[in-house]
Order: sequence, then C-alpha cells, then structure tokens
Amino acid sequence: MHVEPFTDRNVSEHSAYYYVDIENYPVTGWDKFKQVVKRSLKGELFVGLWVVMREMIKFDIHTVKYPLEKLPIGPRYRAVHKLLRLWESGFERCIGCGLCEKICISDCIRMDTRIDENSRKEVTEYSINLGRCIFCGYCAEVCPELAIVHGGRYENASEQRAHFVIKDDMLTPLDFLTAGQQEEYPGFGAITPHEDERVSKTPLAY
Amino acid sequence: MDVAFIIETIVKIVVILLVFSALAGFGTYFERKVLAFMQRRLGPMHVGPYGLLQVAADGIKLFTKEDIIPQNVVKPIFKLAPVITAATAFMAAAAIPFWPEFTVFGYTVHPIVSDINVGILYVMAVMAIGLYGPLLGGMASANKFSLISAARSAAVFISYEVITGLALLAPLMMVGSLSLIDINNYQSAGITHWIAWSQPVAFILFWIAAFAETGRTPFHLVANDHEIIDGFGTEYSGMRWGLFFIGEYANMFFISFVMAIIFLGGYGDGSIAGAFQLLMKVAFFFFFFLWTRAAWPDIRPDQLMWLCWKVLMPIAVLNVVITGAVILFKLKGGM
Ligand code: SF4
Ligand code: SF4
Repeated sequence: MHVEPFTDRNVSEHSAYYYVDIENYPVTGWDKFKQVVKRSLKGELFVGLWVVMREMIKFDIHTVKYPLEKLPIGPRYRAVHKLLRLWESGFERCIGCGLCEKICISDCIRMDTRIDENSRKEVTEYSINLGRCIFCGYCAEVCPELAIVHGGRYENASEQRAHFVIKDDMLTPLDFLTAGQQEEYPGFGAITPHEDERVSKTPLAY
Repeated sequence: MDVAFIIETIVKIVVILLVFSALAGFGTYFERKVLAFMQRRLGPMHVGPYGLLQVAADGIKLFTKEDIIPQNVVKPIFKLAPVITAATAFMAAAAIPFWPEFTVFGYTVHPIVSDINVGILYVMAVMAIGLYGPLLGGMASANKFSLISAARSAAVFISYEVITGLALLAPLMMVGSLSLIDINNYQSAGITHWIAWSQPVAFILFWIAAFAETGRTPFHLVANDHEIIDGFGTEYSGMRWGLFFIGEYANMFFISFVMAIIFLGGYGDGSIAGAFQLLMKVAFFFFFFLWTRAAWPDIRPDQLMWLCWKVLMPIAVLNVVITGAVILFKLKGGM
C-alpha cells in the first residue's frame, strides 16, 4: 500500500483524504420516493450480494485459531520481562545497580543484593509485581547491561491480581543459554542494529 | 376414517416434526458457516469434523440449561409464548406437500399431512398466529427491550400479512384453487409455466414479505441484537429460548417450501427429478435468507412500515387489479 499521501493530513485535492459526497437529504415526499426508487433499482443491493458471494467463493479465510496458532508480535513488543545472561560466561548480566528499581514508575520492581565472596555484587532477589507493572519499558531502557528486557510472553492471566514474576522465572536457564537459545533483545532500550557503523570516534588529537 | 389412515397421519406428523426440528438445528449450523465464509471466517470448527457436531453441543446446552423464570414476569404467558411460536410453525406444515406422492410396497403415500382445499389460506393463517409468540413473550417478559420487540412484531407481522395476502391473491385468481397441490399441478408442465414468470411482481412482493414474516435480516428489527438485545428472547433461557429458535428456522424452511411451490413450480410433474428440484429450490431460498443476512443492513422500523404501506401495498393492489382485468378480458375473449 502506498502510504505517503496519508502523512498529509490536510484535506485538499492532492491529499488522499477527501470529503465523502453526501447528497442533501430529501425534503418533500416525492423526493424521498425518488430516492428510494433510485436506491432500490440501482442494483446496489445486488452489488452487496455479489461482494459477499465473491468472498465466499474465493475462500480467503483470515481466521487465526488462537490458542493453536498465534500471530507474530513485533520485536519491540513489551510483554513479560526476562533477565538475560552473558553469552560467553553464562553469568547474570544484572550488576545490581538498582537503576531499574529506581526508575520504575509504578514502583513494582523489588530487588535485594549482597556482596559475595569475590567482593562482587550479587543479586539475590529480583521480582516484578505484574499486577502493578504498566509495561512502560523504562526498566529495560535504563538498564546499562541490557539485563532486564521485555519478552514476548503476553499470556499472563492469573488468578491473582498481584501476580509476581520472580528471578527464577525471568532468568534465562543455563541449559537454554548453552543451547544458544537466548536471543538478544531487539526491542526497547536495546542497541539498534548497525550501531558500530554509526558511532564516530571521539576526536582526541586536537 | 380407518386405522391405516390414522397411523399414516401420525407417522407423517412425527416424521415432519423430527426432520424439521433437526433441520432447524442444522439450519443454525449452515447459517453460521455461510455467514462465516462470507465474512472470511471459519465459523464453528472444534466440535466434530468441521464443527458439524456443534448442533449437538448446542442442543445439549439448551436442554440442560437452567430454565429461568425471572421475577415480575407473567408466568403462564411467559411459559406459553415459545410453545406458540414453535407449534404454529409446525402446524403450518400440515398443508405443505414436501414431496410428490410415491408408492412403497404397493401403498401410495401422500407426503402431505392433510390436503385441505384451503391449503395456502391455512398455512398463511397459522403462520400469522405465530405472531403471538413474540408478542405475548415480549409483553410478559417485564423487560423494556422485550416490550419494544413485542410492539414491533405486532406492527410488522400484521402489516406484512397484508402484503402476503394481496401478493398471493393474484396467482390464486389464476389457479382458481387454494390447495397447494392444485397450485403445483397448475405449473407441472415445466419451467415455462411457473407462476413466477406470469406473476413476477407477486413473486417479488411475496419474497420481500417472507423476510418480514420470518423476521430475517433486512427486516430483523423484531429481535435486533444491536438495538434491543434479543428482543422478545432477552429474558428467555434454555429450551424455551430454543423453541423460539426452532420455530424461527422451521418457519424459514416452510416459507421456502411455500414460495417454491407457489411460484417456482414446486415438484413439477411429480417425478423424482421434480422432487429433487423442489429441494434445490427450497435450498436456494433458505440460502438466500442467509446470504442477505451477510450482505444487507437492517432498516428502521418506520422505514419498514413506510415500505409496507406506501410502496408494497399499492403495488400489490395494482397487481391484483391488473391480473383481474386480464383474466376477465381473456374470459370475455374466450366466450
Ligand atoms: S515496565 Fe515499567 S512499570 Fe513495568 S517494571 Fe519496568 S519500569 Fe516498572
Ligand atoms: S538496571 Fe539492569 S543491571 Fe541495574 S539492577 Fe536493574 S536489571 Fe540489574
């Protein structure tokens, strides 16, 4: 479909928008009668019959049998969150900086951290209250490590209003990672493709 | 009146009841499928192969659903109304020949419950009594939408009785009999003798009125889902609602039979081919009911009344007058 004219939202003869040609309503009885005769005998009714018959014969069915088949969703769709792992080592990407918890506008991320034996910060708890989350995507956008991202799982109906996803649910399982199944998140907050080509080096030698 | 006659009649009645109850069920299935295909959907798919058993599922649901009698309804009338609709629909079938007479084991069967000499008058009269189903059901329901629907049904059915009556008058004057078998035999010489050719105006008028009589889509305002919920059916549940439904679909089949017999030659000369032609014609009329439902919008009640009294009725009267004049002229010329 050619979409360009639709960017011009002013109605003019050049744009794709035009006023529908609406005739004046008939006033007198005779005019009304003429209108009815015109509409009845013009064959418009048969055009309608033909259109539906044509569709039936073409049999171009658009039904998606939903639980059995699903429509693809956009890569930037913001559904239930995922926590990713580093590709090489399998360590968790989250460094426990707390930015996501801080930025979350509905205050639904709860996390706990500690300093482990190697003096590294370790995330012990990480949960998102999906009953409050508005799926704004700020957490994914703010995360410096691309650790918390949005996944594609949108079927999150549950018996409880306050439905939590906890860290174990969100984190990529290790075997999943080693099988190469963790996909890099292309959506909100992720690095856009071909970013390398667009980065210009900081000029140092003045 | 011998015993064989009584047994034969009872068997015929039972067969008609069973066949058309089942057909009414499958009618809903066909309707959903046809509408779905016309709207690029699949329709029922999950119960049975291609959703064929959906009818059974619906039946089980309707039979086992709780029969709710709401507060404030007029109980006896509320309970009676669906029975009126279903019963009158099937009673009308008594004078309709569904098949030419045939012989099994040397016994000639007339596939018509009773060939009364006022056949078509009886059919139309009993179908007209069907009005009391929606009317009483709607008035007894203690629901405003049902009440609107009842008022509309009274207005529509009574108005369109006039059209069916006047439209039928002209062909009946030509045939000179009210029996559907006589009307059929009048056209038995073949397709060129169909009354639809000599009475095209009456045919179209009757067809239009049939939509109003059965409450099908362009004239569906008796139970228009998008303005008055389900009209007279709003307060009904379970099998009582199902009876309304069976009545509506049975009516569609019967009026299709009537149209095919009066205007399109019926079963012709009574051969098997003619009988199958009758079924094809009925199937076409039934399909057309579904077809228009997919294609055409509903019209407003006032437009419907306007159409009835200011357009169709004058045309019907003119048709009767002209037919009468022509017949008179022919008689004079013949003398
Ligand atoms: S998507 Fe928005 S609301 Fe949901 S956890 Fe992230 S920041 Fe909070
Ligand atoms: S912003 Fe990213 S790295 Fe920081 S705590 Fe949240 S998930 Fe972990």
